[in-house]
Amino acid sequence: MDKFITHQGIVAPLDRANVDTDAIIPKQFLKSIKRSGFGPNLFDSWRYLDVGEPDSDNSGRPLNPDFILNQERYKGASILLARKNFGCGSSREHAPWALCDYGFKVVIAPSYGEIFFNNSFKTGFLPIVLPESQIDRLFHEVFAFPGFRLTVDLQAQTVSTGDGTAMPFEVDAFRKYCLLNGLDDIGLTLRNAEKIRAFEDKRRLAQPWLFGAIV
Amino acid sequence: MLQRTLYDKLWDDHAVHAEDDGTTLLYIDRQLVHEVTSAQAFEGLRLARRKPWRIDANLAVADHNVPTTDRSKGIDDVVARLQIETLDRNCEESGIVEFRMNDPRQGIVHVIGPEQGATLPGMTVVCGDSHTSTHGAFGCLAFGIGTSEVEHVLATQTLVAKKSRNMLVLFNGRPGRGVTAKDLALALIGQIGTAGGTGYTIEYAGTAIEGLSMEGRMTLCNMSIEAGARAGLVAVDETTITYMRGRPFGPGPAYWNRAADYWRTLRSDPGARFDRVVEIDASQIVPQVTWGTSPEMVVPVDGRVPDPDRERDPVRREGMERALTYMGLEPNTPIESIRVDKVFIGSCTNSRIEDLRAAAAVVRGRRKAQNVKLVLIVPGSGLVKRQAEQEGLDRIFRDAGFEWREPGCSMCLGMNADVLLAGERCASTSNRNFEGRQGAGGRTHLVSPEMAAAAAIEGHFVDVRRWR
Repeated sequence: MDKFITHQGIVAPLDRANVDTDAIIPKQFLKSIKRSGFGPNLFDSWRYLDVGEPDSDNSGRPLNPDFILNQERYKGASILLARKNFGCGSSREHAPWALCDYGFKVVIAPSYGEIFFNNSFKTGFLPIVLPESQIDRLFHEVFAFPGFRLTVDLQAQTVSTGDGTAMPFEVDAFRKYCLLNGLDDIGLTLRNAEKIRAFEDKRRLAQPWLFGAIV
Repeated sequence: MLQRTLYDKLWDDHAVHAEDDGTTLLYIDRQLVHEVTSAQAFEGLRLARRKPWRIDANLAVADHNVPTTDRSKGIDDVVARLQIETLDRNCEESGIVEFRMNDPRQGIVHVIGPEQGATLPGMTVVCGDSHTSTHGAFGCLAFGIGTSEVEHVLATQTLVAKKSRNMLVLFNGRPGRGVTAKDLALALIGQIGTAGGTGYTIEYAGTAIEGLSMEGRMTLCNMSIEAGARAGLVAVDETTITYMRGRPFGPGPAYWNRAADYWRTLRSDPGARFDRVVEIDASQIVPQVTWGTSPEMVVPVDGRVPDPDRERDPVRREGMERALTYMGLEPNTPIESIRVDKVFIGSCTNSRIEDLRAAAAVVRGRRKAQNVKLVLIVPGSGLVKRQAEQEGLDRIFRDAGFEWREPGCSMCLGMNADVLLAGERCASTSNRNFEGRQGAGGRTHLVSPEMAAAAAIEGHFVDVRRWR
């Protein structure tokens, strides 16, 4: 996993609540057995005027000019501004994979679907929670100023605008540590292998029916 | 000792190690594996030269991508075929037991887990699928995870997690005739919203829950995720114990009494504290129908499509307007006047034997309406299908002009050929009415099996309480 320390980038506003993971990456693309290559199909049904298929060439497909990611002013955006309950629905990790593959590093919203939120950290992609009032203001600013950028500092836990306003955000200490150091947590967990084995041995004695049935 | 909720007990019982900030290494008893969210996890293990920690903790099945038509010739869709072959190969190489596509026990992962006794009370159960919450019906802690966590569980038999808060949802009273567990779930989501349960584990209790069968409890827990909660729970009672008896992977006679005695302790202590309590009078619930593109956009069948002009909050209003445009509906339209093109009875929410019996009871001796192009009945597993055929339910459905299919996720998410075409309207017993969920441009109305069956016969929604 790549380290995440600070990031500055153009902000794209996705002004709707309850954006689900089916919208982020529609099901037909979940047939892939890879972790990469989902970027061209991010928000596929909103981004294109036709229906995408897993093996189709996306370069010639008709674009929906009304969708934010197709608008010139948001070209190269790497921070997504969203509304409440972003990433609700299915557990598909393909959703943060697609956002990352497209080039997004950060999403900022008032709340998230929990599984999506959890999955994002595993991908090196940072979901930030800000209060609704600040999100409202950011939407106004991003609509008002073409090229609107934000700076995210994970160490300091702040989101800053160009005029120097810094908005603090909360992040779980363990997740922050993993992101800052680019650590995958399997290696960290396996440091506790002895504890897991000891726990398992006790469990086998207490509830032997939980072991060895499916073989 | 402090009074604990069922969730507290399950959490404490699986904590291998906890940091001061509450970050906990949680032991996982069972992982259910399917084709869509596992390939990259097995690949990750291979790249890191890791082996699965405990093979017998896993059970695999292909369900999302499988065709529901004749399978004897294999799968036409080459991309789907590769994904299923990848699961077969990963299970073969690792030694994980898999029910392959033509195994009579194959079915939707959340149907076969309990059916086989792979899901047991007191367990932690995970799966790379958000509807893993289903298994909480058995008094076990069950929740959906992403592919990185699937890999983490394969490699370590644990997850790094933080505890959620406790929510109690009390369904008091008894639901009336024609009102099902699906209606309880939709009514709850309509009340608390799709983010109402975010950050919580929900325990369902009250007289209405005590009266539910295990199938009904699974339906209710299944949709906890649609209320925002990763996990839903129901305490163990004699209904649970009776269901578990004789399940192939459950405790054999040698351990049965010991297991059952332990399972009976899996309930919240009297006076245990919940962070939030929601009380609902189940006797007042009317069969529910969703009208929009989020499960919280739901009204009683005797109601009307809501009017965005009456909504003050601008983000909500725009959401409603967008949903109405997508759904092709006008504000204030009576729900019962909405005509459907297709009907889907199936999914991990409503594809168990009891669901099929309920649908068949409505259909018996009738035929589908002329305007209904297709009615798909997709049993949740090969064993459910066989049971239904032994009871003659398949005949009732076929005689009505419905299609009787092979088990799988099917049109709940339309990864296989079972999809809605753009603009088609569907009465569906599944769990999500998101844009494009059942097919690009498709319009989904979530309902119970009885309501779906009745809509298939009449060609539009009807109130099953009055309709006979």
